[in-house]
Amino acid sequence: MGLTQQSCGRGVMRDGLSKGAAPQFDYVVALAGNPNTGKSTVFNALTGLNQHTGNWPGKTVARAEGWYGDSGLIFKLVDLPGAYSLLANSVEEQVARDYLYFERPDATVVVADATCLERNLNLVLQVLEITPRAVVCVNLVDEARRKKIEVDIVSLRESLGVPVVATAARDGCGLAALVAAVTDVSSGRVKTTPCLVNYREDIEDAIRRLEPKVRKLVGEEFNSRWLALRLLDKDQTVIAAVRRWLSGKVRPGPGVRGEILA
Amino acid sequence: MRQNSAPTGLEEILQEVDRINPSGALGLNDCVVSHIYGKAEQIAREAVTQKEKPRVDWDRRLDDILTSRVFGFPSMLLLLAIVFWLTVSGANYPSVVLASALFWGQDRLMDLCRWLSAPAWVSGFFVEGVYRCLAWVVSVMLPPMAIFFPCFTLLEDMGYLPRIAFNLDRFFKKAGAHGKQSLTMSMGFGCNAAGVVACRIIESPRERLIAMLTNNFVPCNGRFPTLIALAGLMALGMGSSAGATLIVVGVVLTGIALTLAVSWLLSKTLLRGIPSSFTLELPPYRKPQVGRVIVRSVFDRTLFVLGRAAGVAAPAGGITWLLANIHVGGTSVLARCANWLNPFGQALGLDGFIVMAFVLGFPANEIVLPILIMSYLATGAMTGLDSVEALYRLFVVEHGWTWLTVLCTMLFSLLHYPCGTTLWTIWRESGSARWTALAFLLPLAIACAVCLAVAQTVRLVGQV
Repeated sequence: MGLTQQSCGRGVMRDGLSKGAAPQFDYVVALAGNPNTGKSTVFNALTGLNQHTGNWPGKTVARAEGWYGDSGLIFKLVDLPGAYSLLANSVEEQVARDYLYFERPDATVVVADATCLERNLNLVLQVLEITPRAVVCVNLVDEARRKKIEVDIVSLRESLGVPVVATAARDGCGLAALVAAVTDVSSGRVKTTPCLVNYREDIEDAIRRLEPKVRKLVGEEFNSRWLALRLLDKDQTVIAAVRRWLSGKVRPGPGVRGEILA
Repeated sequence: MRQNSAPTGLEEILQEVDRINPSGALGLNDCVVSHIYGKAEQIAREAVTQKEKPRVDWDRRLDDILTSRVFGFPSMLLLLAIVFWLTVSGANYPSVVLASALFWGQDRLMDLCRWLSAPAWVSGFFVEGVYRCLAWVVSVMLPPMAIFFPCFTLLEDMGYLPRIAFNLDRFFKKAGAHGKQSLTMSMGFGCNAAGVVACRIIESPRERLIAMLTNNFVPCNGRFPTLIALAGLMALGMGSSAGATLIVVGVVLTGIALTLAVSWLLSKTLLRGIPSSFTLELPPYRKPQVGRVIVRSVFDRTLFVLGRAAGVAAPAGGITWLLANIHVGGTSVLARCANWLNPFGQALGLDGFIVMAFVLGFPANEIVLPILIMSYLATGAMTGLDSVEALYRLFVVEHGWTWLTVLCTMLFSLLHYPCGTTLWTIWRESGSARWTALAFLLPLAIACAVCLAVAQTVRLVGQV
C-alpha cells in the first residue's frame, strides 16, 4: 500500500528524491523488472531505505533512488518503474527504456519472477538488447519451490550470457551473491556475452545498412544496433526521445519527474 | 558541435528508414515481438522444469471465491467487519488503562505546579491545555491504531488489497472513473494525502482529478479513531461491540458509496469523458510475515501517525485552552465563537462546539475529538475523563447529545473538507488553485447538505 513515513502526512510535502547528503557514487545501477516480482523488496533489501512494499500492481510510478556500499565502492541504485516490456506501450515502459538507453547505467539488475519465468524473460531479452552490462535476479525462488517449479540457474546463465542469481529477497536469501555479481559487472571484472535475438534475414540486413549512420549520430558509446532497430520500426516515442536527447534539453534524470508523470 | 548537426542527421536517418522500410513493409514489430517471445520460450523450456503439478491451485481456488460476483462483496464486507470488530472490542480496555494512567499523570503535574507555586496560567496552559490534549490523543488513538494497522497490513501482505480493487473496478467504471481509483481510494483509508499522491498512477488527467477530488470521502486513519469512539458512544445503549462494528462498517460503506456517487456526478458534469481501461494483474497470495508486519505497522504507521497527531495536538491543546480561558465581556472567546456558530451547528444536527472543533481541527483530523472534549471540559463541571461511560456522561448528560448528534458528527467527520496537508497536496499535484478550492468546497457542501437533510428529516419525523 505504500504508506510509510515518507508517503504520509507531512512526508508528502518533502520531495522524495532529495535524500540527505548523498556520497559520491562509483557506479550507477538500474533496477528493472516486471510488476509484482519483488523488485521493491530487492530495492529495500539492498538500500535499506525505509520504503514500504506492498503488492500493488504497478505501484512504482515515481522513481526511487538509494545507495549501498560493497567492497569499498558506493553504488547508486535507481528503481525503474515496473514494466512488462520495453516496447513502450505505457509511460512506465518509456521511462524505463529511456533511462536504460540514454543514461547508460553501469549495471542493470533485471528482477524476474521464478514462478513465471517465461513471461519475465521477454523483458530480460529486451534489456539485453539495450545493454550488455546486466545481471538477472531470479526472485521468489521460494515461492517457485512451493509450486514445485525448478529453475536451472546454470542453464539460464549459459543461455543468457550474463550473471544469473537466484534470490528470495523477502528472506534476504541470495542478496549477497546479487551484490557481488553487480560489482563484478559494473566494474568490468566480469565480461558478459549477452544473448541477442536474431531477427529475420531481411531485417538484419536493414539493421546492418542503417547502423553506421546511427553510430555516427549518437556516438560509439551508445548501442547503435538497438537504436537502428527502433528507428526502423518508426517507434515515435523513441524518435521523440532521441530528438530530446539531441537537443540536450531533457536528460532522463531526477529532473524529469514531472514529465514521467505527465 | 553535435547539437548543431544533429537534427539533420536524424532526419537523414529517418529518410533512409523510409527507403529501407517503406510504410512498414518489413512487418518489423510483429517479427520483433514473435522472435523475442520465441527466444524466451526456448530459454525457459531449457531452464525450467515442473516436476509435478501441484494438486490444488489454491490461488485460483481462493480467487474464485474472493473475487466472484456472488461472494466477492460478502467476503469483503465480512473481512472488513472482522477487522473493525477486533479493533472496537479490543481497543476499549487498553484505552481505559491508558487514560487513567495519563490522567493520573495530569494530577501529579498539577501537584508539581502547585508545589512550584507556578502561576495559574502556566499550569492551565501547559497541563490542562497541552498535556491534556496530548493525553487524549494518545489514549483515544493509540489502542485502535495498534490493532487496526497490523490487521490491515496483514491483509495487504497476503495480497488481498488488489482483490478489493478488482471487485470495485466495475463500479468505478460505471461511475465514469478509472478502475485504478479503487486503489487510490484504498490508499486513502490509510492517509488521504498519500491517496492523493497515489493518483499519479492514473494517466488520464480527467480521471486523476476525479480520484483526487473524491479521495477525502473515505475515512483516513486520523478519522478512524474518532469514528470508532463515536460508534462506541452510540452503541453504548445497544450494549455491545457488535453494534459499534456495524456502525463503523456502515460509515465506511457510506463513504465508498459517496465516492462513487460524486465521481459519477463529476464525470457527468465538470469532468466529462469516457473511462479508459487498464489491466490489473492479481499477484499471488503470499504467506504473511506476521512478525515483520506487526513491527512494520507499529513503527511505520501507528507511531508515525501518533507522532504527527501529537505534534499538532500540543499547540492545538494550548490554543483551545487559551480560547476557553480568555474572557471577553464575561464569556470566554471559545464560548462566544461556539455560541455564534451554534444556530448553524444546530441546523446540521451538531452544536457550536462541534463545528468549532472541526474548524480548529483543520490542520489534522486526529485532533477534532480531543479539542471537542477539551472545550466541553473547559466549560463544564467535570475535570477528568477516562472511559466511554465518562464520555457518555460528558456528551450526553452534560451537553445534551442525542443519537442524532452522534450520527451527524460521524457523517460530518466522514465527509467534511480534507485536512490541511491533503489540500496542500492536492494543490501541488493538480497545480491549480481552482481545483484545490473545489476539493475544499465540494466535500464541505456535501457534508452540510447530508447532515442538514438527516437532521431535519429525523426532527420532522419526530424521532428526537
